[in-house]
Amino acid sequence: MERYYQPDIECASREQIREWQSERLKNQVKNVWDHVPMYRKRMEEAGLTPDDIQSVDDLHKLPFITKDDLRDEYPYGLLARPLNECVRIQSTSGTTGRRVVAFYTQHDVDLWEECCARAIVAAGGTEEDVCQVCYGYGLFTGGPGLNGGSHKVGCLTLPMSSGNTERQIQFMTDLGSTILCCTPSYAAYLAESIHERGVRDQIRLKAGIFGAEAWTEEMRHDIEEKLGIKAFDIYGLTEISGPGVSFECCDQSGMHVNEDHFIPEVINPLTGEVLPDGEKGELVFTSITKEAFPLMRYRTRDICILSHEKCACGRTHVKMTKPLGRSDDMLIVKGVNVFPSQIETVLMNKGYAANYQIVVDRVNNSDTIEVQVEMTPEMFSDSLSAVSGREKELVDALKAMLGIYAKVKLVNPKAIQRSEGKAVRVIDKRNLYKQ
Amino acid sequence: MTVKQISVFLENKPGKLADFTDVLSAQGVDMRALSIAEASDFGIVRIIVDDVYNASTVLKDAGYICSITKVLAIEMPDEPGALSRIIRVLGNAGVNVEYMYAFTSSKKGRAYMIIRVADNEKAIDVLKSCGIRPICQDELSEL
Repeated sequence: MERYYQPDIECASREQIREWQSERLKNQVKNVWDHVPMYRKRMEEAGLTPDDIQSVDDLHKLPFITKDDLRDEYPYGLLARPLNECVRIQSTSGTTGRRVVAFYTQHDVDLWEECCARAIVAAGGTEEDVCQVCYGYGLFTGGPGLNGGSHKVGCLTLPMSSGNTERQIQFMTDLGSTILCCTPSYAAYLAESIHERGVRDQIRLKAGIFGAEAWTEEMRHDIEEKLGIKAFDIYGLTEISGPGVSFECCDQSGMHVNEDHFIPEVINPLTGEVLPDGEKGELVFTSITKEAFPLMRYRTRDICILSHEKCACGRTHVKMTKPLGRSDDMLIVKGVNVFPSQIETVLMNKGYAANYQIVVDRVNNSDTIEVQVEMTPEMFSDSLSAVSGREKELVDALKAMLGIYAKVKLVNPKAIQRSEGKAVRVIDKRNLYKQ
Repeated sequence: MTVKQISVFLENKPGKLADFTDVLSAQGVDMRALSIAEASDFGIVRIIVDDVYNASTVLKDAGYICSITKVLAIEMPDEPGALSRIIRVLGNAGVNVEYMYAFTSSKKGRAYMIIRVADNEKAIDVLKSCGIRPICQDELSEL
């Protein structure tokens, strides 16, 4: 029997959802017109006033906003409420050192956590469950989001954060965790470690909620088999709220977008034209209930397909596929957003040539990133400790910029292949978007 | 009273060292001495040659990253204890050896050591005060 966290919302009729969306969109447009100068300016430039937006059918009239806009308006430019009404920030890593900071009122935190609670209940979570959250806590939304959702469902919540596999497995066996929340690559790594330690029979997991990075169906089957669980995908982004913008149900045939809060559109990334169901394009979100940091037609750069087809689980909210690619060059490594331009900035600051290549791979189910840098006469000396010291300096600077360890490999000049025209900066050996 | 050492950056991959020595042999460069310091992904090859200008030009033309460093070359009797005496002199004077490597020549009964220190001038003074005279670049070809 399928269970829902908020059945009246999750299984509402399409007419009802449409009604909510239109009403909330109208209010949100008025709200940003009154409180966020950038939106007002953009709407005026497009010849729009709030009266032009009467229902969701008018949504396509609004201009898009992009990550660049968020950076330009950093930190307070898009705030729609006074700062003293905000209770939280979360943040993503950003290019060239400038992060994206999202603000939340208590209402915003609650709606975000409700979305995560829907995902947990869809994965079979009840107040009888022990939910182990091994997403990172802190500025990253993974840990706080699922933690809040788990509280709302009433699970016993284990706020483990990421890393320390030994301790993760000990808590998992000692406290009998039944739901695991982490990145899919960490789930796969945990599964391996559990088998190596021979403690598989002490594991009581039944479900896993895995997101923040791309993963394949093969990886899902592998994790499900090794841990004896059902593995659910979850999607989200800090700009819109965090994990739980959409989530998978037991049908595992796409992720239901929480449409009462976030209106999804799929567009042609080149023309901006809205595409119908079934067509592949860039995902765009409008957050219609957020108070502090409402984003209107935010271009996620994730490529996916929407489907309004009736779902076996009974939920009526539109489903999106896993991201099938990106319309920019962002990489997701160990759940962290990495832009090649961030790496380039570090290399330039340290005086290295702009000839570099980023090699991303997945070794033993864990993402690795290697930055190959061509040696220059200025960087070289006869002393091994001096050259190794420069290498380490680069590793430290990359860690500070990206938030994750990236291996640095110094290579011969001209070792990195030059291609005609656009340089091949990234080699991603993971083939994650292969469907 | 120093000799010039050529240091070359090499990737730590099979065949890279052979590529390097092929370049030198193709241009008729004879090496007096060679040593390799290795890190996990790369190595530094240090060589001593008679004609530094020619060898470094050959290597740069072949696309290698090189650097030239002045190092000490010391001649000593090829017998137990000879190296100890020299190193002891430097150690007692507070001169730290960063790295060193040995080579021999056609001169029977003589051995040679390349020594890299931070302060060549100080090391030379210390050695000279004990009657040890480092070899100059020009003297290399006579060995």
